[in-house]
Amino acid sequence: MKGLYVHIPFCKSKCFYCDFNSIVNIEYQDEYIEALIKEIDSLKEKNFDTIFIGGGTPTILSINNLEKLLYRISKFIPSEFTIEANPGTLNREKLKILKKYGINRLSIGLQSTDNSILKRLGRIHTYEEFLANYYDAKSLGFNNINVDLMFNLPNQKGEEFLKTILNVTKLNPQHISCYSLIIEEGTKFYDLYQRDELKLLDEDEERVLYHTMISILIDNGYRQYEISNFAKLGYECKHNIIYWSDEEYIGVGAGAHSYIKGIRYSNVKDIKQYIYDINNDGNAIDEKNVLTKEEHMSEFMFLGLRMNCGININKFKNKFSQDIMEVYGDEIIDLKDKGLIEKCGENIRLTEKGRDLSNLVFVSFLK
Amino acid sequence: MPSDRQKKIRNFCIIAHIDHGKSTLADRLIEKTGTLTQREMEEQVLDTMELEKERGITIKAQAVRLIHNDGNNEYILNLIDTPGHVDFNYEVSRSLAACEGAILVVDATQGIQAQTLANCYLALEHDLEIVPVINKIDLPSARPEEIKKEIEDVIGLDCSDAPLISAKVGLGIEDVLKSIVEKIPCPNGDEDAPLRALIFDSYYDPYKGVVCYVRVKEGTIKKGTKIKLMMSGKEYEVTEVGIFRPSFMEVEQLQAGDVGYVTASIKNVRDARVGDTITEAERPATEPLPGYRPAIPMVYSGIYPADSSDYNDLKDALEKLQLNDAALTFEPETSVALGFGFRCGFLGLLHMEIIQERLEREYNLNLVTTAPSVIYKITKTNGEVIELTNPTNMPPTTEISYMEEPIVNASIICPSDYVGAVMELCQEKRGIFKNMEYLETTRVMLHYEIPLNEIIYDFFDALKSRTKGYASLDYELAGYKRSELVKLDILLNGDPVDALSQIVPKEKAYQKGRAIAEKLKEIIPRQLFEIPIQAAIGSKVIARETVKALRKDVLAKCYGGDISRKKKLLEKQKEGKKRMKQIGTVEVPQEAFMAVLKVE
Repeated sequence: MKGLYVHIPFCKSKCFYCDFNSIVNIEYQDEYIEALIKEIDSLKEKNFDTIFIGGGTPTILSINNLEKLLYRISKFIPSEFTIEANPGTLNREKLKILKKYGINRLSIGLQSTDNSILKRLGRIHTYEEFLANYYDAKSLGFNNINVDLMFNLPNQKGEEFLKTILNVTKLNPQHISCYSLIIEEGTKFYDLYQRDELKLLDEDEERVLYHTMISILIDNGYRQYEISNFAKLGYECKHNIIYWSDEEYIGVGAGAHSYIKGIRYSNVKDIKQYIYDINNDGNAIDEKNVLTKEEHMSEFMFLGLRMNCGININKFKNKFSQDIMEVYGDEIIDLKDKGLIEKCGENIRLTEKGRDLSNLVFVSFLK
Repeated sequence: MPSDRQKKIRNFCIIAHIDHGKSTLADRLIEKTGTLTQREMEEQVLDTMELEKERGITIKAQAVRLIHNDGNNEYILNLIDTPGHVDFNYEVSRSLAACEGAILVVDATQGIQAQTLANCYLALEHDLEIVPVINKIDLPSARPEEIKKEIEDVIGLDCSDAPLISAKVGLGIEDVLKSIVEKIPCPNGDEDAPLRALIFDSYYDPYKGVVCYVRVKEGTIKKGTKIKLMMSGKEYEVTEVGIFRPSFMEVEQLQAGDVGYVTASIKNVRDARVGDTITEAERPATEPLPGYRPAIPMVYSGIYPADSSDYNDLKDALEKLQLNDAALTFEPETSVALGFGFRCGFLGLLHMEIIQERLEREYNLNLVTTAPSVIYKITKTNGEVIELTNPTNMPPTTEISYMEEPIVNASIICPSDYVGAVMELCQEKRGIFKNMEYLETTRVMLHYEIPLNEIIYDFFDALKSRTKGYASLDYELAGYKRSELVKLDILLNGDPVDALSQIVPKEKAYQKGRAIAEKLKEIIPRQLFEIPIQAAIGSKVIARETVKALRKDVLAKCYGGDISRKKKLLEKQKEGKKRMKQIGTVEVPQEAFMAVLKVE
């Protein structure tokens, strides 16, 4: 399996919680798309199993740019072809273009079905606009749709969030991602948080909500396959699974990350710099990190354990020519005693408690 | 009678309350006399330790030879820099013994402060000529005339021609030099008599061996002289003598009246202790020079490596620090909670903080320090008297007849508006009022008797904050006094943690126990299971708090391929975990051991 990630770093406005690499100035989009296609042309790969166009807001691109990009990318004939689509930048016409170039999975950012909360998050759309996009997409034949949600939002009561979950499950999308808010540095929320102006749930309430959400989703036919990801059987996001299962991927665009042959690369984040580098050097690599075996092993563990299926003991052995117990025996026994991980066939996975305290588990595998 | 050579020498130090501008004046004198060029100058040039510069204080004594030409004659001025903080009084004392005079720097905006007086009395004890200098006259709030009168009234020094200066802007420095030459007596002493040189500081240099800072009182010393240290009795051959410019500069000889350094392949500072007298081996002097008040540790605390495998590194580091710090004492001890470490003796809390910081910075050690304790005297029912430096070793109450704790005489100077606040604080700290005198109509000196144990914690900070920074404090040990004391134990998850035990006055035990339990609840992070925190006296639990079990520690989002950022977060968490001390099943942050004493 091999994935391609394509980054579109433009947004209409910055959401208050977001620290992703994006800018609200879209005047560079023509030059950017041109550079992006140049970078894609420089890849020696002829095919990718999965492609994910993310952002920013990919659907903010002009129809012209969108077509240019999709035309080039669709040549890789991926089996899973995802684009992030945001209400407020999406319409039937754009959806048709996405369909035309073979996009077979939409990931729609909704976050909440409560319009007042959407406003507080700095989102540019209402729940109704989302619904219009969603129904349009379905009517155009998109049958693999993810809806992105968030919880533990400022001044959001538990019931309000559960209402969002119930609303969305009624729509019955194939996939739901649901993230507990993380206050990231450099965001508006971070400033508010520092000034003690954000009212969030306490740890215990937040976990109750998380577990309630999971049981609602399970009751509605979803399966949890990662800490924050849920899908109908067979609709798990293959692209994201690549990240978590130590498979290779290439990221193109400003700030995009790649992982090939045990080396992690990242492109320069600044958009103008990216365009300049691509045009002048043919690549925009900013950092390169050759993983040591030790680092590789710990990444294998803490990424793989994010998934409910956990990591496979034999896969570990094949990759590293060492028995997992030889490397992490003490840690595994200790975590098992604490009830944080368990063995399931040839796999080691987090327990439910382990998912709540996953960082504690992951930290154990860092040397 | 002084020789012609001696008539051109002045040996002096600068004494002042902290922040009154001692190091800045030293800088200006060095600059003015061209000892260092502008380019070589930096602020606080004599404070060589990173820590000294950062905190703006002087810890180690230093010396420098200045050459001053007053137009007629060229003078050698040996300046010996001294620390200002009360903890380092002993350093002041030994520097004073090497001088004939002292410049007393007083801040023109603040006037006499507690340590101005304390240092002044020390200088008078050593029969030094004191030259008052009024500093910071450039400040708008300066009131030099009032301050001069205050010095005359309180200390009894003639201030009629005291230089009015600003060391910061370089005003009046010539006047200071003139006063030094005119007022401070030149040294005397027979240059041909048997050698007597006082070691006023010494430190270990990896290339030269022990470097002794000396003041030659009588006789002559040069390369090749066979010397004998009168206290240790050891004999050596001098390999080098020199002066401070301020870096080492070798000279042919040092004679009576000179200040300089001597090296003699001495391997250990303990063989050339500060206060010892160097004499000639072949022609020894009959009497050593009077030594000074030796430094006695007043505060003890346990220092442990956070990682027990660093024990030997810690031992080496302490040994190295001790080479240059006669006041530091340490001996091995074991704690159930913390493993192997050392019980260390310090002059005071500042000294302790400095040693701790130096160990961490200069020796890259990760340490756990326990709450400082004074030395308690316990008279047991069988009549035996023991000295207790570690609360853990307190005998069972049934074996104790009575306990005594060290008491200090504290002098506090503050504006009269704050007398009430200061008295209230002293009262809270179990102080006993002695008397009060007016320095001027608006400034008061209060005398209290206070248990040392109350002073070493946060007394100074509390004093500063309740007087808006205007009060100053000095104290000296005044003996022992009977007191009702109990051992307060802290239990985590049901098990007593020896390193958290403290001796506290009985009347404060409940309040303190509650406060400590609350504080620990804040400091100890939530863990996999619930952790009860209890404070107990004997088997009686007097306070209880609970750290709830950890429910959530998760990064919700991990995609977009940016693994390195998530990894950095985890690595940071791992680092944090390493700074925890595992006690039984509980992980306790290192600061917990110190934080318990900062509770009200």
